[in-house]
Amino acid sequence: MIEALSMSFFQNALLAGALASIACGVIGSLVVVNRHVFLAGGVAHAAYGGVGLAFFFSLPVLPCTIAFTVLAALITAHATFGRKERTDSFIGVLWASGMALGIMLLNLTPGYNVDLMSYLFGSILTVPRTDLTIMLVLDVAVLSTVYFWYGDFLSLSFDIEYARASGVPVKTLYTLMLVMVAVAVVLVIQVVGLILVIALLTIPPMLAEMGARSLSRVMIFSVLYCLAFCMVGLMAAYHFDLSSGAAIITVASLSFFATKSIQKIRRS
Amino acid sequence: MPTNPAIRLQNVCFAYNREDVLHDVSLSLDSGAFLAVIGPNGGGKTTLVKLMLGLLKPRHGSVEILGHAPCLSVPCVGYVPQYTAFDPEFPITVLEVVLLGLKRKHSRRLGAARHHTERALEVLAKVDMKRFAHRRFDELSGGQRQRVLIGRALMSEPDLLLFDEPTANIDPNGKLCLFDLLKDLCKGLTVVMVSHDLISASAGITDVAVVNRTLIQGREITPDMLELIYGVHDSTCPLDGYLKSLSQVFDTPESLLLAQTGKSGNRAPKSQHRRRSFDPHVRNEPQGGSND
Repeated sequence: MIEALSMSFFQNALLAGALASIACGVIGSLVVVNRHVFLAGGVAHAAYGGVGLAFFFSLPVLPCTIAFTVLAALITAHATFGRKERTDSFIGVLWASGMALGIMLLNLTPGYNVDLMSYLFGSILTVPRTDLTIMLVLDVAVLSTVYFWYGDFLSLSFDIEYARASGVPVKTLYTLMLVMVAVAVVLVIQVVGLILVIALLTIPPMLAEMGARSLSRVMIFSVLYCLAFCMVGLMAAYHFDLSSGAAIITVASLSFFATKSIQKIRRS
Repeated sequence: MPTNPAIRLQNVCFAYNREDVLHDVSLSLDSGAFLAVIGPNGGGKTTLVKLMLGLLKPRHGSVEILGHAPCLSVPCVGYVPQYTAFDPEFPITVLEVVLLGLKRKHSRRLGAARHHTERALEVLAKVDMKRFAHRRFDELSGGQRQRVLIGRALMSEPDLLLFDEPTANIDPNGKLCLFDLLKDLCKGLTVVMVSHDLISASAGITDVAVVNRTLIQGREITPDMLELIYGVHDSTCPLDGYLKSLSQVFDTPESLLLAQTGKSGNRAPKSQHRRRSFDPHVRNEPQGGSND
């Protein structure tokens, strides 16, 4: 293990895991308390269209995917805000069309030889230094936004009607929240891939909710859980020669089911 | 010298689709009054409140709150919404709920300023919930949650308080406690309270408005209002039990109520109606001729 820690790619992987955990823990908490898990899943899968576009036009993958996913989030916010019914149908369309666009563009890319699996299941061990800088900047942006508008996000999440009545710009905040979901999703895709991104966005906040009294504490505990899952998963992947994304999600899932089982046994 | 009314609605019409939910509704309420808005489910009570809050725009007519358009009066209006839409597992403390009532001109960043926290604790003390300040909101009973939501509405030191079904999901004893509390808290404020339950609406009320697509406003319960709520019915109607209870609360003779809403359609002259005291601590003594 000490040997692995001395390798630069593994150091980058640990750093990428830590940076993704920050966005994932904070935004995942908002996703869970607002019950937007399916919506985040739709945005995550739509992100594949951005990957396809980046390869088709030979653009840098991370910025291009972020731009595309943010656009998908803006469309989703416009289409779903204030609607209680039928939003799942729209998310289903977004989910499938993004994936289809990505696959089609990758098919059309001349000389395409990219490992498709690395975007579907993550490639944390191959994250370059430049991407780490972008991840850091995005983390700072997400944290600043949540810090300065925490009261409004809390009001929106707890009681949207009261928030609206007290003058909170609920549509702007809802849109901003989905944009941050898009950013977090793209950061987490680097770590576990878009198929597994939902697990890392939801399991840590669900575990954190069990012991936290407030949303801010749920966010802090989520970041810590996420960090722990990434580190333990990475080490397990290195030790047993497994796919890193799958190892991280397996660690998270086992922790979730173990905690739930212990909770149930205690109650009974 | 006449003062501007706190609330003025003039010929307001509102429709969600094609059919009017509210049709040609006018209302005027003086500052410091306590208005009970009553009516059946689906009659347009909540729509009326949303128009006052500026959450909905009327198709016709005008709405004026505290002398301004509703969107400009937001900082001076406290709102206690219907207790229905909360996620039962939402991670939030009682203190945080009350802090959400801060006016928007104050900072919304993470971590409340000390003076805001102190103010929130004062408000919680007023609604007798200070000892629960650091509990999770979902650990409270229905009545306790409602007190906290009233605290949130009071946090911004409003001039006008709007309550939408404040007693829904509260047991009868809890309702009485809540109305006792409201009576003390709302002194000097203009209050509008929506309820579908006449029996609940019985504390410190100065004005009544009955809403069922249209609106009748008055300072007493009149047969016109009851007919607007319940329509014409016969003596086998299950509502009769309700009307008996009503006659005790409002001291309106049951026979009079039944006569006014009954199938015979006979109307007692208005002079026979007794003005009820809205103060629950004042017993209404019989005033002369009974209809019995």
